[in-house]
Amino acid sequence: MLLELTPDQDFLRETTSKFLASQVPVGEIRRLCDDRLGYDPGYWKRGADLGWTSLLVSEERGGGSVSGRGLIDLTLLAHEFGAHAAPGPLAPANVVAGALAEFGTHPDVLAALLDGSAVAAWCWEEPGGLIGGRELELDITVERGDLVLNGRKKPVEAAADADHLLVTGRSGGGLTQVLVATGTPGVTVERLQSVDMTRRYAALRFDDVRLPGESVVGEVGGAGPAVERQLHQALVIQLAETVGTLDRAFAMTLEWAFDRYSFGRPLASYQELKHRFADMKSWVEGAHAIADAAADAVDEGRPEAAALVSAAKAFSGRYGLELMQDCVQMHGGIGVTFEHDLHLFMRRATANAAIFGTAADHHQRLARITIEEDSRS
Amino acid sequence: MTADTAEDLDRFRQRAGAWIRSNLRPLDHAALAAATAGELDEEEELAAIQHERQLMRMMFDAGFAGITISPEYGGQGLTPAHQQAFNEELSGFEHPSRLMVPNLSPCAAVLLDFGTEEQKKTHIPAILKGEELWMQLLSEPSGGSDVAGALTTAVRDGDEWVLNGSKIWTTGAWWSDWGLCLARTNWDVPKHRGLTVFMLPLHRDGVDVHRIEMINGSKEFCQEFLTDVRVPDTDRIGEVDKGWTVGTRWMFHERMLYNSPLITMPAFGRPATSSVSPVEVARDRGRLDDPLVRDLIGEAAMLDLVGSRLQQRIAQGVRTGHLSDQGAAIARLFGGVAGARARTITFQIAGEAGAAWSQHDGAAAGRGTDFLMRQAGCIGGGTTEMARNVVSERVLGMPRERSVDRDVPFREVPRGPSSDARSRA
Repeated sequence: MLLELTPDQDFLRETTSKFLASQVPVGEIRRLCDDRLGYDPGYWKRGADLGWTSLLVSEERGGGSVSGRGLIDLTLLAHEFGAHAAPGPLAPANVVAGALAEFGTHPDVLAALLDGSAVAAWCWEEPGGLIGGRELELDITVERGDLVLNGRKKPVEAAADADHLLVTGRSGGGLTQVLVATGTPGVTVERLQSVDMTRRYAALRFDDVRLPGESVVGEVGGAGPAVERQLHQALVIQLAETVGTLDRAFAMTLEWAFDRYSFGRPLASYQELKHRFADMKSWVEGAHAIADAAADAVDEGRPEAAALVSAAKAFSGRYGLELMQDCVQMHGGIGVTFEHDLHLFMRRATANAAIFGTAADHHQRLARITIEEDSRS
Repeated sequence: MTADTAEDLDRFRQRAGAWIRSNLRPLDHAALAAATAGELDEEEELAAIQHERQLMRMMFDAGFAGITISPEYGGQGLTPAHQQAFNEELSGFEHPSRLMVPNLSPCAAVLLDFGTEEQKKTHIPAILKGEELWMQLLSEPSGGSDVAGALTTAVRDGDEWVLNGSKIWTTGAWWSDWGLCLARTNWDVPKHRGLTVFMLPLHRDGVDVHRIEMINGSKEFCQEFLTDVRVPDTDRIGEVDKGWTVGTRWMFHERMLYNSPLITMPAFGRPATSSVSPVEVARDRGRLDDPLVRDLIGEAAMLDLVGSRLQQRIAQGVRTGHLSDQGAAIARLFGGVAGARARTITFQIAGEAGAAWSQHDGAAAGRGTDFLMRQAGCIGGGTTEMARNVVSERVLGMPRERSVDRDVPFREVPRGPSSDARSRA
C-alpha cells in the first residue's frame, strides 16, 4: 500500500476497514465457509454504498473515485479485503463495471452493478492457463447478426451466482467480449471447490450459446487492448489484496514472536528467528513496493505496466507464499490447525497466487517482455 | 507540491536535458562493464578517474552539481525531486559513476551533517568540483561488522592528533585525496563512547596505501597503514569521543547507497543487481528459446524490478518519516540477497562457459569468475547478517543480542588471537 495517502483516500480506506472489521470478523468468515454464496447480499450492497463498485467508472456513467485515480483508490480497498480475508466479488465486479462504462453499453446492467444489486463475473481464464502461453480458445462466431459462443472457461470467480457474465472469446484473428445473462441456454455451470473460505469459483461450458448482436461490449474482433487492460486491472486488485493478507499474517506472527516463550525467552530473542523475520520484512516491503509500482503504471497506461504487473505477480506468488508458510512455521503446531486464524489469510494469498498465472507463468511472461525490449534497444 | 514548484521542476528538467544532450557523451556500456569487472589497467583506470573529475567540473560550472546542497557550499539548493529529474534526464549518458559512492555519500553527507562551517565551506565545493575525492576509513582488519570496535588509535598532542592503526576495504583509496576516519580516542570507556572522527589527506607521510587483489583480479579495494599520522584538531569532525553519533549517521548514509539525494546517477537503465544482462548471456549461448533459461531470465528481471522499487519505497519512507532511518537496512538486505541470486542466474545460464571460455563466448565469458565474487554484495557496505540484526532489532523492535562489550571499558573487551595478528600484518 502507498506510504502516503490523501485525506480522502485514507477516509475511504478507514471506512471500509471499520466496516469489514464489524461485518466480517473471523468468526463470520468461518460461518460463511459453508454458505453457498460466500457472503450476504446485504453486505455487498452496503459495500457498494461505500464505493466498492464505482471506482473504475467515470462520473458521467454513475461512478467516481476519491482521488481522480480510481484504480489506485481501489487498491486501498483491496488491501483491506486482504487484511480481513473479506468476502465479495471485488475484482470481477469492478473489472466488468469498468469495461461496460468504457464502451457505454448495457447501462441498466452497469447501474445494477454499481448499486450492488447485481453481480458480474469476468470469464477470461481457460483450463491450462492463459498467462503460461496458451492461446485463448473460446470461439465467438458471428452468424446472421447473432453471436455464437463455444468453449470453456475455468476457473471464474463468482460465476456460479453472478447475474451477468462478461465473456472474452476469439473471433478469427481478434478478441471479442460479450455480456451474457446467466441462465442463457447452452451455458453450463459447475461449482468448484476452493482453498479460500469464502471465494467461489466455477467452471463454465458454452455450447452453441446464441446471443443477439447487441450483446457485444466494444468491437467484434477488436477487444485485444481492452482485455489486456482488464487483465492488468484484475491483477492490480489481486496484488493489493495479497499484500493486505501478507501484512496481516506478518503482524500476527510478529506479535506471536513477542508473546510466545520457550526455554524462558520470547521467540523474538532468538537470532535465527530474528533473521528470518528480517527476511520476511524485506519481502513484505518488496511486495508493497512492486504492487504499488504496478498499480501506478496500469492506472497511467504506461508501457512498462506489463513488466511491472508480472514482476509483482511473480514476486508475491513466490516470496509472498514463502512468507505465509514461514509464518506458519514460526507458529509451530498451532499454525497448521483450523482453529488458528492464520490460515484464513494464507488461503486468500494462496488462491490469489494460483489465479491469473503462477510465479513461473509470470517469469515466462516477463522473459518474453525483457527479450523483446532487449532486441529493440 | 504547489503549482509553482511543479513548473519550476519542469523548467529545470528542460534545462538539464538540454545541457546533458549537448555536453555529455552517450553511455559506453561495454566500457562500464569492463571497469566493473576490473579489466582496466592502472593507467586506464587513472584516465577514467581524470575524465570523471572533468565531468564533475562541467556539472559544477553548469549549475548541476550538488543539486540538493545549499548554495553556501557550492550546491544548487533545490529539492530531491530536482535531483531525481536530473537523474532521469541523465539516463543513457556518461556520468561520474566512481565519484558518487562513497565520495558524495556517505563522505560529503557526513561532512554536511557534522562538519563545522569552515570545514564545509572548504571541502564541499572542492568535492562538487571534482578537485577532492573522498573515501571512508571505517572498517578494520580486526573486524568489518563490529565497526565500533575500531582499534585505530588517535592520541592528542597539543593542537594535533597522532593516528596509528590500519583501515581496510576502502574503495579506490589509491586514487582518492581525502579520507574520513573513525578512530579510538579513549580506551577506558565502553566502545561506543571512546570514538572520534577525523578527516585526513591520503597523500601524506605515514599513510601507506596497499591495493588488495580480489578473487576476480580487481584491485579497487585498499588497505591503509597509518603510522604516526598527524592531524590538526581543526580536522576533527564532531566532538571528541562522540564519534559513534557521527558513525551511526555515516552508516545510514552508506545504506542509502544510490538513493541518497546527493547522488547524480542515471535513473533508468543502470544495472541494478548485475553488470551483465542474463538476456545477453542466453543469446550468446544460443539458449534464448529454452523455457528453463527463460524462467531464470524472468526471475532475474523480477528481482531487478522489485529491488529498484523497494529502494524507492524505502527512500521515500525515510524521507517522509514513515520509516525510521534504520529502514534503509531493509533495502540493503534485499539488494544483497537479490544481487547474489542474479550472479547465480547468469552463471547458470552461462552453462559450461562458466568453467572455461574465450572471447568467442561473448557475454557468457567470465560469468564463472563473477560467481566466485557472488557474496561480495552481501558483505561490503555492512553484511546482510548485520542488516538482519538492524531490521529485526531497530525496525521490528525485537530484543537486542546479548553483548559482552557494551558496558565495559574497551581495553577489557576480549579480542581473539587473530585480530592482533592481522592488524600487524
